[in-house]
Amino acid sequence: MSFLPFAVAAWLFVIGLYGIVSSNNLVRTIISLTVVQSSTYLVLLGVGYVSGGKGAIFADITQVSKAVDPVVQVLVLTDIVIEATVTGLLLALAVQAHKRFGSLDPHDLRALRD
Amino acid sequence: MHIAALPVFIPLLAAAMLVAFRHWAPRVLNDAVATGVGAAVVVLCALLLAHTAHGRPFAYWMGGWRPSHSVAIGISLSIDPIGAGLATYMAVLVTAALIYSWRYFDAVDGLYHALMLVFLAAMAGFSLTGDLFNLAVFFELMGAVAYALTAYKIEEKGPIQGGINFAISNSVGAYAIFTGIALLYARTGALNMAQIGATLGHHHADPLVLVAMSLLFIGFLTKAAAVPVHFWLADAHAVAPAPVSVLFSGVMVELGIYAVARLYWTIFAGPLGPHVEELRAILIAFGTLTALWGAVMCFSQRHLKRLLAFSTISHVGMFVCGIGLLSAKGLAGVAVYVIGHGFTKAALFMLSGVLLHRFRTIDEFDLHGKGRELPWAVVLFAVGGLLLSAIPVATLFFGKSLLDGAALDGGYPWLPAIFVISSMFTGGAVLRVSGRLLGWGPSQPADERQAAAAREEEAEEEAPREYTPPLMLLVPAVLLLGAIVIGLIPGAVPGIEIAAGHFHDHTAYINWVLHGHVHFAPASTSHVEGFDYAYAGGATLGAIALAALGLFGRPLKRHLPHLLLQPVVVAVGGLRELHSGHIGDYIAWWTAGAAALGGASLIFLR
Repeated sequence: MSFLPFAVAAWLFVIGLYGIVSSNNLVRTIISLTVVQSSTYLVLLGVGYVSGGKGAIFADITQVSKAVDPVVQVLVLTDIVIEATVTGLLLALAVQAHKRFGSLDPHDLRALRD
Repeated sequence: MHIAALPVFIPLLAAAMLVAFRHWAPRVLNDAVATGVGAAVVVLCALLLAHTAHGRPFAYWMGGWRPSHSVAIGISLSIDPIGAGLATYMAVLVTAALIYSWRYFDAVDGLYHALMLVFLAAMAGFSLTGDLFNLAVFFELMGAVAYALTAYKIEEKGPIQGGINFAISNSVGAYAIFTGIALLYARTGALNMAQIGATLGHHHADPLVLVAMSLLFIGFLTKAAAVPVHFWLADAHAVAPAPVSVLFSGVMVELGIYAVARLYWTIFAGPLGPHVEELRAILIAFGTLTALWGAVMCFSQRHLKRLLAFSTISHVGMFVCGIGLLSAKGLAGVAVYVIGHGFTKAALFMLSGVLLHRFRTIDEFDLHGKGRELPWAVVLFAVGGLLLSAIPVATLFFGKSLLDGAALDGGYPWLPAIFVISSMFTGGAVLRVSGRLLGWGPSQPADERQAAAAREEEAEEEAPREYTPPLMLLVPAVLLLGAIVIGLIPGAVPGIEIAAGHFHDHTAYINWVLHGHVHFAPASTSHVEGFDYAYAGGATLGAIALAALGLFGRPLKRHLPHLLLQPVVVAVGGLRELHSGHIGDYIAWWTAGAAALGGASLIFLR
């Protein structure tokens, strides 16, 4: 098992956060959020990877060989469904924000300053 | 108990039906179905609670995938009295919010009811599940629905921005949770909490476990809104429709606390056994900061719902301290306090909804003297303020006396003072508003901040109304009554103490989930001490004094020396500046909070 996927995942998590913090466009903010989420896919898949392993589909195979962990792959699928939902919802909100505030820059969203 | 999965299944099914038939179903049918399902979930969860009380928790394995040779592969609902009780309490609040919605909304279609029911299902699942990944999925489901409900008034600026800030902050928290789960799975190959706890055993906590714990805790603390990952809360609570804010403050936030407690006592209590003292210090540091930050921010607000939102943050600080004491007594205190606080805060949000419904504004100064038209609302509001200050002998008082006792047992004798400050400021702010509603104190603010935001809600409708439906006052009145009497029911508080004692029994949990052997170490109960009355009475008097100062103190200001006043003004102003409404700032703070928790864990817990 390689250390690489986890290093890349950590990098993606942090660079995604940086993207959100430094963004001046809501769409960029939302894409940065999906970058953060991508790191979770890599961690999950990296955890379940077996070198030389095959996809875990045993339906028509009589001789069981080495296989990667199917559980984490299912978790990633769930994770992707969540991403689709949240991203869709956020982009819809961004469209509304553009209509109401006339801007997509988070600096111009000033309805909730304390 | 084959009804175990129904509290999740029934609302999901009903929500799907409501969406499917929303173009045909009349409003009254939507209301009836949603409220009926809410009531049914109350009954189901109460049955689960009745079954699990008296030390009979059980695990329900989906599809019959029971543990084989004590290894859990299937997915379980692991139901104990604390989980079932939380679900029951949650369902009661959802039902109350749905009843309140009958008259709160002029026009609303089936989508709102469907969202509320999915919210109900997600929270029920979150309270009952025994599986770590399911916990995260219910967390996200709860989140996604909550984002949509926050931005329900999609044509207004506030809800749009509140929804965006809420969604992004909580999603980042959720991704931290997913990463934490992946790391624990890598170490143990398990997703069932009992199985993970059993596999980790009492081995020394290595960096992988500590990083996993930090990621999970900061994720759930994001939902719980601990400082500095709390910024989304005030934005979301202030702009969501009143019945939704009721659920946010009353249950959703507390579920984040519940998850931290659940994870600690099922998974991390073993490996972190030798470092209880250090973890206690870390959590209490977070909790104290949250309690004080929330208290100051709460008192400095004039936007009513924002004020209540920061009051929730302050109380969350108390919850984090209570859980952070890592004792059964602290946990019991939090459980009792959550019930009292939730009912009170729910009633207060409903009452601010009444004011918004009637006067089209929830700005404290705009409402100056308006309360004379609605005397009962003011009375209820003031009762809520007194209850928040933990006045003896309402439910909150019993929770707080348990927390005080736990703090003294745990070696934190100064913690009750923090609790008193939090009670004083949050209760005092609500009492100040009650006074202003009656026309006491100046009608003009010292500064003009926030006025526009408070008025903007419901901007499309112009004239104030002449009439408030009695139902909108009846529901909060009943909830306040609940907040007063639940703690007085004989056996309620000691019952919760025993349930908390069982909840915090790490080995027993693993045994009853994986092996089906229910055996608990005997749990103890405690009594209210004399000094508890002194603390609570002092907090209530302090709250009244603060309210009076807020109403009539402005002439006093001129006599105070500049040197004394100026630092306070600058500090509070600086604190308020931080709540900029800018999502980038919030995530920067989130990163700092995650780094602080992770760093402290890696340094002190090894």
